[in-house]
Amino acid sequence: MKKSTLILLKVLVWVACLYPVATLIYGALTNDLGPDPTKTITFRTGSTALNLLVISLGITPLRQLWSKLSWLIKFRRLLGLFAFFYASAHLMAYVGLYSSFDPNTMVQDILKRKFITVGVLAWLLLVPLAITSTTGMIKRLGGKNWNRLHKLVYLSVSLGIVHYWWQVKQGVLAPLPITLILTGLFVARPLLDWWKARKTARLRAAKA
Amino acid sequence: MLIRKSDSLYGSNIPSSEITPKDKWLNRRSLLTGAAAAGVIALGADRMAEVLSPTRSALAAGKLATVKSQLSTTGEELTLLKDVTSYNNFYEFGTDKADPGHNAGILPTRPWSVKISGLVKAPKVLDIDSLLKLRPLEERVYRFRCVEGWSMVIPWVGYSLSELIKVCDPLPSAKFVEFTSYFDRRVEKWTSESNIAWPYSEGLRMDEAMNPLTLLTLGLYGDVLPGQNGAPVRVIVPWKYGFKSAKSIVGIKFVDKMPATTWNDLAANEYGFYSNVNPNVDHPRWSQKTERRIGQPFYAQRHPTLMFNGYGDQVASLYNGMDLKKFY
Repeated sequence: MKKSTLILLKVLVWVACLYPVATLIYGALTNDLGPDPTKTITFRTGSTALNLLVISLGITPLRQLWSKLSWLIKFRRLLGLFAFFYASAHLMAYVGLYSSFDPNTMVQDILKRKFITVGVLAWLLLVPLAITSTTGMIKRLGGKNWNRLHKLVYLSVSLGIVHYWWQVKQGVLAPLPITLILTGLFVARPLLDWWKARKTARLRAAKA
Repeated sequence: MLIRKSDSLYGSNIPSSEITPKDKWLNRRSLLTGAAAAGVIALGADRMAEVLSPTRSALAAGKLATVKSQLSTTGEELTLLKDVTSYNNFYEFGTDKADPGHNAGILPTRPWSVKISGLVKAPKVLDIDSLLKLRPLEERVYRFRCVEGWSMVIPWVGYSLSELIKVCDPLPSAKFVEFTSYFDRRVEKWTSESNIAWPYSEGLRMDEAMNPLTLLTLGLYGDVLPGQNGAPVRVIVPWKYGFKSAKSIVGIKFVDKMPATTWNDLAANEYGFYSNVNPNVDHPRWSQKTERRIGQPFYAQRHPTLMFNGYGDQVASLYNGMDLKKFY
Protein backbone atom coordinates (compact mmCIF):
# COMPACT_ATOMS: atom_id res chain seq x y z
CA MET A 1 0.00 0.00 0.00
CA LYS A 2 1.15 3.49 -0.82
CA LYS A 3 2.10 5.66 2.10
CA SER A 4 -0.33 8.41 1.08
CA THR A 5 -3.22 5.92 0.95
CA LEU A 6 -2.35 4.68 4.40
CA ILE A 7 -2.26 8.20 5.78
CA LEU A 8 -5.62 8.98 4.19
CA LEU A 9 -7.12 5.80 5.66
CA LYS A 10 -5.72 6.62 9.07
CA VAL A 11 -7.28 10.06 8.95
CA LEU A 12 -10.62 8.52 7.98
CA VAL A 13 -10.46 6.01 10.84
CA TRP A 14 -9.62 8.78 13.29
CA VAL A 15 -12.56 10.84 12.08
CA ALA A 16 -14.91 7.86 12.29
CA CYS A 17 -13.72 7.00 15.80
CA LEU A 18 -14.01 10.59 17.02
CA TYR A 19 -17.44 11.10 15.47
CA PRO A 20 -19.50 9.60 18.33
CA VAL A 21 -17.77 11.67 21.02
CA ALA A 22 -17.93 14.78 18.84
CA THR A 23 -21.71 14.45 18.46
CA LEU A 24 -22.04 13.95 22.22
CA ILE A 25 -20.04 17.09 22.99
CA TYR A 26 -21.95 19.10 20.39
CA GLY A 27 -25.24 17.76 21.78
CA ALA A 28 -24.22 18.65 25.34
CA LEU A 29 -23.31 22.20 24.36
CA THR A 30 -26.55 22.77 22.45
CA ASN A 31 -28.69 20.89 24.97
CA ASP A 32 -29.71 18.53 22.22
CA LEU A 33 -28.97 15.05 23.53
CA GLY A 34 -32.55 13.87 23.26
CA PRO A 35 -35.16 13.53 26.00
CA ASP A 36 -32.86 11.55 28.30
CA PRO A 37 -29.33 13.01 27.94
CA THR A 38 -27.88 10.81 30.71
CA LYS A 39 -29.01 7.70 28.91
CA THR A 40 -27.87 9.00 25.52
CA ILE A 41 -24.36 9.62 26.86
CA THR A 42 -24.19 6.28 28.65
CA PHE A 43 -25.62 4.22 25.83
CA ARG A 44 -23.64 5.80 23.03
CA THR A 45 -20.28 5.51 24.80
CA GLY A 46 -20.99 1.92 25.82
CA SER A 47 -22.20 0.73 22.46
CA THR A 48 -19.35 2.48 20.63
CA ALA A 49 -16.84 0.73 22.90
CA LEU A 50 -18.40 -2.66 22.13
CA ASN A 51 -18.64 -1.96 18.41
CA LEU A 52 -14.99 -0.90 18.19
CA LEU A 53 -13.85 -3.94 20.16
CA VAL A 54 -15.77 -6.25 17.87
CA ILE A 55 -14.44 -4.51 14.76
CA SER A 56 -10.86 -4.78 16.07
CA LEU A 57 -11.41 -8.50 16.65
CA GLY A 58 -12.54 -8.89 13.06
CA ILE A 59 -9.18 -7.79 11.71
CA THR A 60 -7.23 -11.00 12.26
CA PRO A 61 -9.81 -13.32 10.64
CA LEU A 62 -10.08 -10.94 7.67
CA ARG A 63 -6.31 -10.98 7.21
CA GLN A 64 -6.26 -14.75 7.34
CA LEU A 65 -9.02 -14.94 4.78
CA TRP A 66 -7.46 -12.54 2.28
CA SER A 67 -3.74 -11.97 2.50
CA LYS A 68 -4.29 -8.80 0.47
CA LEU A 69 -5.91 -7.27 3.54
CA SER A 70 -2.92 -7.82 5.79
CA TRP A 71 -2.40 -4.03 6.04
CA LEU A 72 -5.49 -3.96 8.29
CA ILE A 73 -3.18 -4.82 11.19
CA LYS A 74 -1.98 -1.22 11.14
CA PHE A 75 -5.41 -0.17 12.43
CA ARG A 76 -5.93 -2.67 15.19
CA ARG A 77 -4.13 -0.79 17.96
CA LEU A 78 -5.94 2.43 17.03
CA LEU A 79 -9.34 0.73 17.19
CA GLY A 80 -8.49 -1.00 20.44
CA LEU A 81 -7.36 2.22 22.08
CA PHE A 82 -10.46 4.06 20.93
CA ALA A 83 -12.55 1.20 22.33
CA PHE A 84 -10.75 1.68 25.64
CA PHE A 85 -11.39 5.43 25.44
CA TYR A 86 -15.13 4.90 24.95
CA ALA A 87 -15.28 2.20 27.62
CA SER A 88 -13.61 4.66 30.04
CA ALA A 89 -16.03 7.43 29.04
CA HIS A 90 -18.87 4.96 29.63
CA LEU A 91 -17.51 4.17 33.08
CA MET A 92 -17.14 7.88 33.86
CA ALA A 93 -20.74 8.46 32.73
CA TYR A 94 -21.81 5.90 35.32
CA VAL A 95 -19.57 7.40 38.01
CA GLY A 96 -20.75 10.96 37.41
CA LEU A 97 -24.34 10.64 36.24
CA TYR A 98 -25.56 7.49 38.01
CA SER A 99 -23.58 7.25 41.23
CA SER A 100 -23.12 11.05 41.52
CA PHE A 101 -19.46 10.40 42.48
CA ASP A 102 -20.59 8.69 45.69
CA PRO A 103 -18.09 5.91 46.53
CA ASN A 104 -20.62 4.17 48.76
CA THR A 105 -23.15 3.92 45.94
CA MET A 106 -20.45 2.65 43.59
CA VAL A 107 -19.32 -0.08 45.96
CA GLN A 108 -22.92 -1.12 46.62
CA ASP A 109 -23.68 -1.22 42.90
CA ILE A 110 -20.58 -3.23 42.05
CA LEU A 111 -21.28 -5.74 44.81
CA LYS A 112 -25.03 -6.01 44.35
CA ARG A 113 -25.71 -5.57 40.66
CA LYS A 114 -24.15 -8.21 38.50
CA PHE A 115 -24.49 -6.25 35.27
CA ILE A 116 -22.38 -3.52 36.84
CA THR A 117 -19.94 -6.07 38.27
CA VAL A 118 -19.26 -7.62 34.87
CA GLY A 119 -19.14 -4.18 33.25
CA VAL A 120 -16.45 -2.97 35.63
CA LEU A 121 -14.61 -6.27 35.18
CA ALA A 122 -14.71 -5.87 31.40
CA TRP A 123 -13.19 -2.40 31.73
CA LEU A 124 -10.53 -3.55 34.21
CA LEU A 125 -9.42 -6.24 31.79
CA LEU A 126 -8.89 -3.61 29.12
CA VAL A 127 -6.56 -1.54 31.32
CA PRO A 128 -3.46 -3.79 31.04
CA LEU A 129 -4.11 -4.11 27.32
CA ALA A 130 -4.14 -0.35 26.87
CA ILE A 131 -1.01 0.06 28.98
CA THR A 132 0.90 -2.56 26.98
CA SER A 133 -0.26 -1.28 23.62
CA THR A 134 2.89 0.72 22.86
CA THR A 135 5.59 -0.64 20.59
CA GLY A 136 8.06 -0.36 23.46
CA MET A 137 5.88 -2.54 25.67
CA ILE A 138 5.45 -5.13 22.92
CA LYS A 139 9.24 -5.36 22.66
CA ARG A 140 9.71 -5.49 26.40
CA LEU A 141 7.15 -8.28 26.83
CA GLY A 142 8.18 -10.18 23.76
CA GLY A 143 5.71 -11.06 21.03
CA LYS A 144 4.65 -14.36 22.54
CA ASN A 145 3.88 -13.01 26.00
CA TRP A 146 2.22 -9.95 24.55
CA ASN A 147 -0.04 -12.11 22.41
CA ARG A 148 -0.90 -14.26 25.38
CA LEU A 149 -1.75 -11.23 27.49
CA HIS A 150 -3.85 -9.69 24.77
CA LYS A 151 -6.04 -12.79 24.55
CA LEU A 152 -7.75 -11.11 27.51
CA VAL A 153 -9.63 -8.99 25.01
CA TYR A 154 -11.86 -11.98 24.25
CA LEU A 155 -12.84 -12.24 27.89
CA SER A 156 -13.37 -8.50 28.12
CA VAL A 157 -15.59 -8.21 25.08
CA SER A 158 -17.59 -11.27 26.17
CA LEU A 159 -18.17 -9.70 29.57
CA GLY A 160 -19.15 -6.50 27.78
CA ILE A 161 -21.82 -8.37 25.83
CA VAL A 162 -23.07 -10.08 28.99
CA HIS A 163 -23.18 -6.63 30.62
CA TYR A 164 -25.38 -5.43 27.75
CA TRP A 165 -27.77 -8.40 27.99
CA TRP A 166 -28.08 -8.10 31.75
CA GLN A 167 -28.76 -4.39 31.50
CA VAL A 168 -31.69 -4.54 29.10
CA LYS A 169 -35.11 -5.72 30.23
CA GLN A 170 -35.95 -9.37 29.97
CA GLY A 171 -37.45 -10.05 26.57
CA VAL A 172 -35.60 -7.21 24.84
CA LEU A 173 -33.45 -8.48 22.01
CA ALA A 174 -31.46 -5.34 21.20
CA PRO A 175 -28.05 -6.92 22.06
CA LEU A 176 -28.69 -9.82 19.66
CA PRO A 177 -27.03 -8.47 16.47
CA ILE A 178 -23.68 -7.67 18.09
CA THR A 179 -23.80 -10.97 19.98
CA LEU A 180 -24.26 -12.86 16.72
CA ILE A 181 -21.42 -10.98 15.04
CA LEU A 182 -19.08 -11.70 17.95
CA THR A 183 -20.11 -15.35 17.97
CA GLY A 184 -19.34 -15.46 14.26
CA LEU A 185 -15.87 -14.08 14.94
CA PHE A 186 -15.27 -16.60 17.69
CA VAL A 187 -16.28 -19.44 15.41
CA ALA A 188 -14.27 -18.01 12.50
CA ARG A 189 -10.92 -18.37 14.24
CA PRO A 190 -10.80 -22.19 14.70
CA LEU A 191 -12.47 -22.62 11.30
CA LEU A 192 -9.82 -20.51 9.61
CA ASP A 193 -7.04 -22.34 11.45
CA TRP A 194 -8.45 -25.66 10.28
CA TRP A 195 -8.83 -24.38 6.72
CA LYS A 196 -5.25 -23.12 6.68
CA ALA A 197 -3.91 -26.37 8.10
CA ARG A 198 -5.72 -28.31 5.40
CA LYS A 199 -4.37 -26.06 2.70
CA THR A 200 -0.76 -26.44 3.84
CA ALA A 201 -1.22 -30.19 4.18
CA ARG A 202 -2.48 -30.37 0.61
CA LEU A 203 0.37 -28.26 -0.66
CA ARG A 204 2.82 -30.52 1.10
CA ALA A 205 1.13 -33.59 -0.31
CA ALA A 206 1.26 -32.10 -3.79
CA LYS A 207 4.97 -31.41 -3.41
CA ALA A 208 5.70 -34.89 -2.20
CA MET B 1 -25.13 27.13 27.54
CA LEU B 2 -28.84 26.74 27.83
CA ILE B 3 -30.32 26.15 31.23
CA ARG B 4 -33.94 25.28 31.03
CA LYS B 5 -35.01 25.00 34.61
CA SER B 6 -34.28 26.75 37.85
CA ASP B 7 -33.90 24.62 40.95
CA SER B 8 -36.32 26.75 42.90
CA LEU B 9 -39.15 25.30 40.83
CA TYR B 10 -38.45 21.85 42.12
CA GLY B 11 -40.31 20.97 45.27
CA SER B 12 -43.93 20.73 46.18
CA ASN B 13 -44.50 23.98 48.02
CA ILE B 14 -45.25 26.09 44.99
CA PRO B 15 -48.80 27.40 44.49
CA SER B 16 -50.80 26.06 41.59
CA SER B 17 -50.82 29.49 40.01
CA GLU B 18 -47.16 28.98 39.24
CA ILE B 19 -47.61 25.87 37.21
CA THR B 20 -46.71 26.34 33.56
CA PRO B 21 -49.56 28.08 31.76
CA LYS B 22 -50.68 26.64 28.46
CA ASP B 23 -49.35 29.38 26.20
CA LYS B 24 -45.97 28.90 27.84
CA TRP B 25 -45.67 25.22 27.09
CA LEU B 26 -46.98 25.72 23.60
CA ASN B 27 -44.26 28.25 23.00
CA ARG B 28 -41.49 26.71 24.98
CA ARG B 29 -40.27 24.46 22.25
CA SER B 30 -39.85 27.34 19.83
CA LEU B 31 -38.41 29.59 22.54
CA LEU B 32 -35.87 26.93 23.39
CA THR B 33 -34.91 26.30 19.84
CA GLY B 34 -34.69 30.02 19.31
CA ALA B 35 -32.35 30.42 22.24
CA ALA B 36 -30.24 27.54 21.04
CA ALA B 37 -30.08 29.10 17.61
CA ALA B 38 -28.96 32.38 19.12
CA GLY B 39 -26.34 30.64 21.21
CA VAL B 40 -24.77 28.56 18.51
CA ILE B 41 -23.53 30.34 15.45
CA ALA B 42 -23.09 27.39 13.15
CA LEU B 43 -26.64 26.17 13.46
CA GLY B 44 -28.49 24.60 10.56
CA ALA B 45 -31.42 26.26 8.83
CA ASP B 46 -33.75 23.40 9.75
CA ARG B 47 -33.86 24.67 13.31
CA MET B 48 -34.75 28.17 12.25
CA ALA B 49 -37.65 26.69 10.34
CA GLU B 50 -38.91 25.16 13.58
CA VAL B 51 -38.75 28.51 15.33
CA LEU B 52 -40.76 30.14 12.59
CA SER B 53 -43.43 27.45 12.38
CA PRO B 54 -44.23 25.43 15.50
CA THR B 55 -44.80 21.69 15.17
CA ARG B 56 -48.11 20.27 14.06
CA SER B 57 -48.66 18.56 17.38
CA ALA B 58 -48.38 21.88 19.21
CA LEU B 59 -50.87 23.52 16.85
CA ALA B 60 -53.32 20.65 17.13
CA ALA B 61 -53.33 20.87 20.93
CA GLY B 62 -56.39 22.10 22.76
CA LYS B 63 -58.97 19.89 21.07
CA LEU B 64 -60.50 18.48 24.23
CA ALA B 65 -62.50 20.66 26.59
CA THR B 66 -61.28 20.07 30.11
CA VAL B 67 -61.95 21.27 33.61
CA LYS B 68 -59.28 21.78 36.27
CA SER B 69 -58.95 19.10 38.90
CA GLN B 70 -58.22 19.28 42.62
CA LEU B 71 -56.25 16.06 42.19
CA SER B 72 -53.78 17.68 39.82
CA THR B 73 -50.16 17.80 41.00
CA THR B 74 -48.74 21.27 41.48
CA GLY B 75 -45.24 22.67 41.75
CA GLU B 76 -43.66 20.66 38.96
CA GLU B 77 -42.47 21.86 35.62
CA LEU B 78 -44.25 20.02 32.82
CA THR B 79 -42.24 17.79 30.54
CA LEU B 80 -42.30 19.18 27.01
CA LEU B 81 -44.91 17.73 24.67
CA LYS B 82 -42.21 16.71 22.20
CA ASP B 83 -40.46 14.66 24.89
CA VAL B 84 -43.71 13.12 26.17
CA THR B 85 -44.47 11.97 22.62
CA SER B 86 -41.00 10.93 21.46
CA TYR B 87 -39.69 8.95 24.42
CA ASN B 88 -41.97 5.99 25.00
CA ASN B 89 -42.03 2.38 26.01
CA PHE B 90 -44.63 0.70 23.83
CA TYR B 91 -42.95 -2.50 22.73
CA GLU B 92 -45.73 -3.45 20.32
CA PHE B 93 -44.31 -0.63 18.20
CA GLY B 94 -40.60 -1.28 18.75
CA THR B 95 -38.24 -1.52 21.68
CA ASP B 96 -36.31 1.71 21.14
CA LYS B 97 -37.68 4.73 22.97
CA ALA B 98 -38.10 6.63 19.71
CA ASP B 99 -39.80 3.76 17.84
CA PRO B 100 -43.38 4.19 19.13
CA GLY B 101 -43.32 7.86 18.16
CA HIS B 102 -42.49 6.84 14.61
CA ASN B 103 -44.64 3.74 14.35
CA ALA B 104 -47.71 4.02 16.57
CA GLY B 105 -49.53 6.50 14.33
CA ILE B 106 -51.09 3.55 12.52
CA LEU B 107 -53.06 2.46 15.60
CA PRO B 108 -56.66 2.31 14.33
CA THR B 109 -58.19 4.34 17.14
CA ARG B 110 -61.62 4.73 15.55
CA PRO B 111 -63.86 2.86 15.75
CA TRP B 112 -62.62 1.59 19.10
CA SER B 113 -64.46 -0.36 21.72
CA VAL B 114 -63.68 -1.59 25.17
CA LYS B 115 -65.14 -4.91 26.27
CA ILE B 116 -66.29 -5.00 29.88
CA SER B 117 -66.44 -8.58 31.13
CA GLY B 118 -65.97 -10.92 34.06
CA LEU B 119 -67.66 -10.45 37.41
CA VAL B 120 -70.15 -7.76 36.40
CA LYS B 121 -73.93 -7.65 36.48
CA ALA B 122 -74.04 -7.48 32.69
CA PRO B 123 -71.07 -7.60 30.30
CA LYS B 124 -71.04 -4.78 27.79
CA VAL B 125 -69.07 -3.07 25.08
CA LEU B 126 -68.36 0.65 25.31
CA ASP B 127 -67.18 2.63 22.32
CA ILE B 128 -64.62 5.39 22.56
CA ASP B 129 -67.16 8.19 22.03
CA SER B 130 -69.27 7.06 24.94
CA LEU B 131 -66.14 6.93 27.10
CA LEU B 132 -65.25 10.48 26.06
CA LYS B 133 -68.74 11.64 27.05
CA LEU B 134 -69.26 9.60 30.20
CA ARG B 135 -67.94 12.28 32.59
CA PRO B 136 -66.50 15.78 32.19
CA LEU B 137 -62.87 15.52 31.14
CA GLU B 138 -60.40 16.81 33.70
CA GLU B 139 -56.85 17.96 33.25
CA ARG B 140 -54.68 16.07 35.74
CA VAL B 141 -51.01 16.81 36.02
CA TYR B 142 -49.21 13.77 37.41
CA ARG B 143 -45.65 12.76 37.91
CA PHE B 144 -44.91 9.68 35.80
CA ARG B 145 -42.12 7.42 37.05
CA CYS B 146 -40.83 4.60 34.89
CA VAL B 147 -39.37 1.52 36.57
CA GLU B 148 -36.28 2.09 34.41
CA GLY B 149 -35.42 5.16 36.47
CA TRP B 150 -36.68 8.09 34.41
CA SER B 151 -39.63 10.36 35.04
CA MET B 152 -41.83 12.99 33.46
CA VAL B 153 -44.58 15.38 34.52
CA ILE B 154 -47.55 15.08 32.20
CA PRO B 155 -50.90 16.92 31.99
CA TRP B 156 -53.21 13.98 31.29
CA VAL B 157 -56.85 14.33 30.31
CA GLY B 158 -59.51 11.99 31.66
CA TYR B 159 -61.57 11.20 34.71
CA SER B 160 -61.28 8.81 37.61
CA LEU B 161 -61.47 5.17 36.56
CA SER B 162 -63.88 4.69 39.46
CA GLU B 163 -66.50 6.60 37.46
CA LEU B 164 -66.33 3.99 34.71
CA ILE B 165 -66.21 1.11 37.18
CA LYS B 166 -69.46 2.35 38.75
CA VAL B 167 -71.07 2.17 35.33
CA CYS B 168 -69.72 -1.36 34.88
CA ASP B 169 -71.58 -2.62 37.97
CA PRO B 170 -69.03 -5.14 39.25
CA LEU B 171 -70.24 -7.90 41.57
CA PRO B 172 -69.08 -7.88 45.20
CA SER B 173 -66.94 -10.92 44.37
CA ALA B 174 -64.78 -8.80 42.03
CA LYS B 175 -61.43 -8.26 43.78
CA PHE B 176 -59.16 -7.31 40.89
CA VAL B 177 -59.40 -5.54 37.55
CA GLU B 178 -57.53 -6.86 34.54
CA PHE B 179 -56.69 -4.61 31.58
CA THR B 180 -55.95 -6.02 28.15
CA SER B 181 -54.19 -3.92 25.55
CA TYR B 182 -54.82 -3.87 21.82
CA PHE B 183 -52.94 -6.53 19.92
CA ASP B 184 -52.87 -7.13 16.20
CA ARG B 185 -49.70 -8.46 14.64
CA ARG B 186 -50.71 -7.02 11.26
CA VAL B 187 -50.72 -3.50 12.75
CA GLU B 188 -48.06 -3.95 15.42
CA LYS B 189 -45.33 -5.35 13.24
CA TRP B 190 -42.65 -4.89 15.86
CA THR B 191 -43.86 -7.38 18.45
CA SER B 192 -41.16 -9.89 17.57
CA GLU B 193 -38.46 -7.41 18.66
CA SER B 194 -39.13 -8.55 22.18
CA ASN B 195 -39.82 -11.93 23.63
CA ILE B 196 -43.15 -11.03 25.21
CA ALA B 197 -46.39 -13.02 25.25
CA TRP B 198 -48.89 -10.61 23.72
CA PRO B 199 -51.35 -9.08 24.30
CA TYR B 200 -50.01 -6.85 27.03
CA SER B 201 -52.00 -7.19 30.21
CA GLU B 202 -51.96 -5.41 33.52
CA GLY B 203 -54.03 -5.43 36.66
CA LEU B 204 -54.96 -3.58 39.80
CA ARG B 205 -56.53 -4.51 43.08
CA MET B 206 -60.13 -3.29 43.21
CA ASP B 207 -59.42 -0.63 45.84
CA GLU B 208 -56.46 0.64 43.80
CA ALA B 209 -58.63 0.87 40.72
CA MET B 210 -61.32 2.72 42.71
CA ASN B 211 -58.89 5.26 44.16
CA PRO B 212 -59.78 8.65 42.68
CA LEU B 213 -56.18 9.19 41.54
CA THR B 214 -56.40 6.26 39.13
CA LEU B 215 -57.22 7.98 35.88
CA LEU B 216 -59.07 6.66 32.88
CA THR B 217 -56.96 8.61 30.43
CA LEU B 218 -58.18 9.81 27.06
CA GLY B 219 -55.76 12.61 26.29
CA LEU B 220 -52.71 14.63 27.19
CA TYR B 221 -51.77 18.27 26.79
CA GLY B 222 -55.42 19.04 26.02
CA ASP B 223 -55.59 16.79 22.98
CA VAL B 224 -56.54 13.17 22.35
CA LEU B 225 -53.84 10.62 23.19
CA PRO B 226 -51.19 10.17 20.51
CA GLY B 227 -50.73 6.54 19.47
CA GLN B 228 -47.38 6.20 21.24
CA ASN B 229 -48.93 7.30 24.54
CA GLY B 230 -51.59 4.60 24.43
CA ALA B 231 -54.35 5.93 22.20
CA PRO B 232 -57.22 6.13 22.43
CA VAL B 233 -57.74 5.08 26.04
CA ARG B 234 -55.44 3.92 28.82
CA VAL B 235 -55.15 4.03 32.56
CA ILE B 236 -52.71 6.13 34.54
CA VAL B 237 -51.85 4.97 38.04
CA PRO B 238 -49.53 7.76 39.18
CA TRP B 239 -48.15 6.13 42.33
CA LYS B 240 -47.01 3.00 40.49
CA TYR B 241 -44.23 2.42 37.99
CA GLY B 242 -45.32 3.30 34.48
CA PHE B 243 -45.72 -0.24 33.15
CA LYS B 244 -48.72 -0.71 35.48
CA SER B 245 -50.55 1.94 33.45
CA ALA B 246 -51.82 -0.18 30.55
CA LYS B 247 -52.08 1.46 27.14
CA SER B 248 -54.60 1.20 24.29
CA ILE B 249 -57.09 -0.75 26.36
CA VAL B 250 -59.58 -3.06 24.61
CA GLY B 251 -60.68 -5.11 27.58
CA ILE B 252 -61.50 -4.53 31.22
CA LYS B 253 -62.26 -7.69 33.13
CA PHE B 254 -63.32 -7.98 36.75
CA VAL B 255 -61.91 -11.07 38.45
CA ASP B 256 -61.69 -12.59 41.91
CA LYS B 257 -58.02 -13.63 41.78
CA MET B 258 -54.87 -11.63 41.19
CA PRO B 259 -54.52 -11.65 37.40
CA ALA B 260 -51.35 -12.58 35.53
CA THR B 261 -49.60 -9.47 34.24
CA THR B 262 -47.09 -9.14 31.41
CA TRP B 263 -43.92 -7.95 33.15
CA ASN B 264 -44.57 -9.95 36.28
CA ASP B 265 -44.80 -13.07 34.10
CA LEU B 266 -41.52 -12.19 32.40
CA ALA B 267 -39.49 -11.40 35.51
CA ALA B 268 -41.39 -11.66 38.79
CA ASN B 269 -38.28 -10.78 40.81
CA GLU B 270 -37.99 -7.44 39.02
CA TYR B 271 -41.61 -6.41 38.48
CA GLY B 272 -43.98 -7.16 41.31
CA PHE B 273 -47.74 -7.08 40.93
CA TYR B 274 -47.95 -3.97 43.10
CA SER B 275 -44.92 -2.11 41.74
CA ASN B 276 -45.59 0.99 43.81
CA VAL B 277 -42.95 3.66 43.35
CA ASN B 278 -40.68 3.10 46.32
CA PRO B 279 -37.21 4.62 46.75
CA ASN B 280 -36.44 2.10 49.49
CA VAL B 281 -36.90 -1.00 47.36
CA ASP B 282 -34.29 -1.28 44.66
CA HIS B 283 -34.86 -2.89 41.33
CA PRO B 284 -32.46 -5.87 41.37
CA ARG B 285 -30.38 -4.18 38.70
CA TRP B 286 -30.49 -0.56 39.75
CA SER B 287 -31.32 1.70 42.63
CA GLN B 288 -34.73 3.37 42.72
CA LYS B 289 -33.60 6.10 45.12
CA THR B 290 -33.28 8.68 42.38
CA GLU B 291 -34.69 9.31 38.93
CA ARG B 292 -33.71 11.12 35.75
CA ARG B 293 -36.19 13.80 34.79
CA ILE B 294 -36.74 13.71 31.04
CA GLY B 295 -35.93 16.87 29.09
CA GLN B 296 -33.49 18.34 31.58
CA PRO B 297 -29.77 18.79 30.88
CA PHE B 298 -27.56 15.86 31.87
CA TYR B 299 -25.96 17.69 34.80
CA ALA B 300 -29.35 18.54 36.34
CA GLN B 301 -31.35 15.43 35.50
CA ARG B 302 -31.13 13.58 38.81
CA HIS B 303 -33.88 14.04 41.38
CA PRO B 304 -34.78 12.08 44.48
CA THR B 305 -37.61 9.59 44.00
CA LEU B 306 -40.57 10.12 46.33
CA MET B 307 -42.40 7.36 48.18
CA PHE B 308 -45.53 6.44 46.18
CA ASN B 309 -44.18 8.94 43.65
CA GLY B 310 -45.28 11.70 46.02
CA TYR B 311 -48.89 10.49 46.28
CA GLY B 312 -48.57 8.85 49.69
CA ASP B 313 -51.21 11.08 51.29
CA GLN B 314 -53.84 9.68 48.97
CA VAL B 315 -52.72 6.06 48.63
CA ALA B 316 -50.49 4.94 51.52
CA SER B 317 -53.54 3.73 53.46
CA LEU B 318 -54.28 1.18 50.73
CA TYR B 319 -51.25 -0.74 51.90
CA ASN B 320 -51.63 -0.50 55.68
CA GLY B 321 -50.06 -3.49 57.37
CA MET B 322 -48.40 -4.71 54.19
CA ASP B 323 -44.66 -5.26 54.03
CA LEU B 324 -43.83 -3.21 50.94
CA LYS B 325 -40.41 -4.86 50.67
CA LYS B 326 -42.17 -8.19 50.26
CA PHE B 327 -45.06 -6.92 48.16
CA TYR B 328 -42.93 -4.78 45.84
